[in-house]
Amino acid sequence: MAQKKGLRSSSSDDPEELARVPLQAVLLADSFATKFRPITLERPKVLLPLVNAPMIDYTLAWLESVGVEEAFVLCCAHSQQVKDYLNKSQWMKQQGTFAVQPIESRDSISAGDALRAIYNFGVIRGDFVLVSGDTVSNMSLKEALQEHKERRKKDPLAVMTMVIKQSKPSSLTHQTRLGNDEILMAIDPDTKELLYYEDKTDQSQRFITLDKMLLANTPTLHLHNDKQDCYIDICSPEVLSLFTDNFDYQHLRRHFVKGLLVDDLMGYKIFTHEIHSSYAARIDNFRSYDTISKDIIQRWAYPMVPDVQYFGSCSQMKLDRLGIYKAPEVNQSRTAQIRAFSLVGNGTTIGDHSEISNSVIGQGCTIGRNVSIQGSYIWDNVIIEDDCKLSHALVCDGVHLRAGVVLEPGVILSFKVEVGQKIVIPAYSKVSLLPQPSKQDSDEELEYADANSGVVESPSITSIVNTRNVDPVPDSSDAEHSDTSEVGISGVGYIWLTSEGGHEEEWRHSIAPIPAEKLMEFFLSAHADLEVSNQDVNSLPASGELQVDSESTGFDDGEDYRDSADFEKEVEATFHRALAGVNQDNVILEINSLRLSYNMSHADCAGSLFYSIMRSALAFPHSCNRELLLNTGKELGRWKDLLKHYLKTIDEEIEVLLKFEEMCLETAKEFAPLFSAILNHLYEKDILSEDAILSWAEEKEGADESDKIFVKQSEQFLKWLREASEDEDE
Amino acid sequence: MPDVQALVNDFVLKLKRRKIEGSHASARHTAELLRSVISHQRMRQTNQAGALIDAVKAVGEQLIAANPVELAVGNIVRRVLHIIREEDLSSTATAIEGLGLSAGSDDDDEGQYEDRPALSAAALAAAARSTLRAPSLQTLLGDIPGSAVTPQPPSSWGDSEGKSKSADKNLRSRKLKHDVIEAINELIQDIDTCHEQVSEQAVEHIHQNEVILTLGRSRTVKEFLCAAKEKNRSFRVFVAEGAPRYQGHVLAKELVGKGIQTTVITDSAVFAMISRVNMVIVGAHAIMANGGVVAPVGINMVALAAQRHAVPFVVVAGSHKLCPLYPHNSEVLLNDLKSPSDLVDFGEFSDCMDFGSHGGSPLLHVVNPAFDYVPPKLVSLFITDTGGHNPSYMYRLIADYYSADDLVVKQRSTS
Repeated sequence: MAQKKGLRSSSSDDPEELARVPLQAVLLADSFATKFRPITLERPKVLLPLVNAPMIDYTLAWLESVGVEEAFVLCCAHSQQVKDYLNKSQWMKQQGTFAVQPIESRDSISAGDALRAIYNFGVIRGDFVLVSGDTVSNMSLKEALQEHKERRKKDPLAVMTMVIKQSKPSSLTHQTRLGNDEILMAIDPDTKELLYYEDKTDQSQRFITLDKMLLANTPTLHLHNDKQDCYIDICSPEVLSLFTDNFDYQHLRRHFVKGLLVDDLMGYKIFTHEIHSSYAARIDNFRSYDTISKDIIQRWAYPMVPDVQYFGSCSQMKLDRLGIYKAPEVNQSRTAQIRAFSLVGNGTTIGDHSEISNSVIGQGCTIGRNVSIQGSYIWDNVIIEDDCKLSHALVCDGVHLRAGVVLEPGVILSFKVEVGQKIVIPAYSKVSLLPQPSKQDSDEELEYADANSGVVESPSITSIVNTRNVDPVPDSSDAEHSDTSEVGISGVGYIWLTSEGGHEEEWRHSIAPIPAEKLMEFFLSAHADLEVSNQDVNSLPASGELQVDSESTGFDDGEDYRDSADFEKEVEATFHRALAGVNQDNVILEINSLRLSYNMSHADCAGSLFYSIMRSALAFPHSCNRELLLNTGKELGRWKDLLKHYLKTIDEEIEVLLKFEEMCLETAKEFAPLFSAILNHLYEKDILSEDAILSWAEEKEGADESDKIFVKQSEQFLKWLREASEDEDE
Repeated sequence: MPDVQALVNDFVLKLKRRKIEGSHASARHTAELLRSVISHQRMRQTNQAGALIDAVKAVGEQLIAANPVELAVGNIVRRVLHIIREEDLSSTATAIEGLGLSAGSDDDDEGQYEDRPALSAAALAAAARSTLRAPSLQTLLGDIPGSAVTPQPPSSWGDSEGKSKSADKNLRSRKLKHDVIEAINELIQDIDTCHEQVSEQAVEHIHQNEVILTLGRSRTVKEFLCAAKEKNRSFRVFVAEGAPRYQGHVLAKELVGKGIQTTVITDSAVFAMISRVNMVIVGAHAIMANGGVVAPVGINMVALAAQRHAVPFVVVAGSHKLCPLYPHNSEVLLNDLKSPSDLVDFGEFSDCMDFGSHGGSPLLHVVNPAFDYVPPKLVSLFITDTGGHNPSYMYRLIADYYSADDLVVKQRSTS
């Protein structure tokens, strides 16, 4: 009903605005992220099917329903595919009040670039809706638009209205259901002005830092961590020029929103509009793909549900009890079972005794006998042979799974991958026909790799296809990539290596549910935190205020915590240059300047430098601990002077020791058995003074058993030190 | 022609996107659309009625498929088909009557004789068809002289006859189209005035100092109650709020605005209050051929409570809600599941729908059906614009309004 009203109000002539500008929308048909790789190497994200309809259809349908008259679809990566799709779709054919116009901007690699391109086209004349092509919503924009317009009349600096929605973050993982990080917003409850926005809250810190000016200027403000950013913005044309003026704005939230909030020179303001009953969410990663699919199946996005045929193209679905959607022509065996919250597309065949639950199956798939599919997303024309087991996997178009394949939770199979018989694909693997682009390029926020970007050398499975008679045992020509052959005989595809973070990050964004042990971990740490905060009488909000009132320097302070890791990396990079033969004095200069720019202490420098030295020692090839010890000794001898430069006082020496201990425990466990030997070495080389070592040992007296491993290990050495010092005293 | 196609597509999209909802609005729009389809239909020389029927069926199939829940669309399509058949028959009948008259007169003997065989064939077909039709129309065709006419041998067919026949046909076709459009206009008017016609009967049913119970909000019920009030009946109304859309609140406001004593109760209090109620009056989404009712959710519960306490259960509905299908028909999609956001606040429950934990399958499922089905045995009386009827009488009304050939619009055109 609300949508109907919205449409009417926009189509009826507003008497007060004679020169009425049609409501325009900018749809970014690119996410400028790599979260959906490897799938997005072959097809743009907006065309990926979400419950059997391309994501962009949901967004366009929503834009049409809220009364947008002109929508500009900005195509960046795979622009041709997006354009072809739009040309074929109903959106371009449709006459009437809704016009879709694709704009091509191939060289945009960020949302900022895209908006600058839009500005150059000069098509935006009034307020516009800025939305990404992966947004699912059924909200009515009428109110938000009205509010925005009224605010604009009063205050021309109110350039943007951001749509937010209440959604509790998971108490355990500090994440929202959509797999994003928890977002912290400070909102003025009266004016709804957004005062603070932080989407990368560091969970290890149990407090946040606000600029004290914020509290001075606004009488009341509410801090929210239960709001979800819907990534639907109503913007004034100034937003585009702001992007053009600040050419370094790349990311909509990280740069633009935060930039505006921090910058008080221009005084631009951002407001929020909260929606309650309607639905809005953006597909940002595989976890949100899963969550939003389930929301659609559970009809939160009504009327954009499969049986309503909101988009003319899809075939008619029938909704049975318990959320089972079936297309009219499903060839299902009598003994096959389709369980709750599943969708089966047109022309799909399901064999005897197969079971499907919580899954979406596309059109024209063939599923064999005794197949079990759980919580998976299977796109069109997939062939799954007998006895396969799929749980929480995503399987793209044209994939062929031969008999007995097992997909463990979180597996992604990209287009046309083939998997040989009885192969088990390990959890969180990503398999694609295209080889994985090299690392350097993958941090770039690109949706697709350049053709000339580096390619990791890995044995192609096609070679195995050619030599079918070869023993199934992997031919480990390259030790690092031997797992490629897990795709099996007659399989085609490369297994992608997981990124730097490894499994640590993988489970956060995967389709698979969070593993039980992870939940347990979080549960325990949450309880530990609870105890801490109980001791600390002032819980979160109070401590936040205290922080502001004290002499801290607002935002800079907050950045320190984030930057310490960066600093470490920078120091390591500098040190590597030193290895390559840069003069030591220059290295000291560089580190000093780094220290100043990151606002670090001498102790931090010493720690980082020591860390780098040890890393370099570790990098030398070694076969046993003895060799490692020798290497370490050599390295320490070589860089002694450099290190000494930063070890002016005992505090810094202790910092180095602590760092060393941390390394042994976490990053470089190889050193653990050698701890006392290296400690001895450090003492002999005069890097660490005996006072430092002794006070370190004293400090550790009161610590936990687990913390004392290294104290115990070096007990003998400490004893000797103590005796020596006593001797001297006498 | 293209502009009609655009109109059809536009309407189909609107139905698909649920921009037109409610039986009254969709019935009216359907009738208007079909009127323009018919008026733009180019007429061929032969079998104009057949051409019209095919055109309407083709459009009707799309409309029905666009939103199968909105049964009124299908009803109107079938009504229009029935109108075409009817007009075709009656124009044939009048032509034959005219023939009978002119046969008596003196002018143009030759042409008359040559025209006779074709017309008589049509008349025979019409007579054959009329046996299938409702007896109420039999009287109209009772005095067809066609049966008396003896068919002429085909050898007597000449060239001149072709011309005169085509001229006559042309006239007839234009007349047929004109008649059909007239009839559709009447249908549209019927749809528009159904509320008044239903509420005219209000005083016969609502008596002084009665207590009436209703659930949710139906425009027909509102008009019905207001009409009784305008005739100076004083009565009291219990309004069950009709969760989750709470349309009952709106109705209560409107009734109070008209000066009717109103009490708002929760849906769950219906059973407690029913013993004090003299009559239950509710609206409907559709009335099925067996006398069952598709009505907003919660009404079945009210009907059961009314039966338990022997309170008359009255359904008021315009005749466009009369559906010639049975609820067990597979193509009748009886329910529409709406968004759960009507029931629960998404924000409050978002942590229950965290698919990251609990093994990926949601433990919480919120169901929000739009309709209930009330079996015919629970309904005491239907009040439509043609008067009060028993549930068991519905099939007769349906025979009046629809022709049996049109019950399955879809299968005929796809095969």
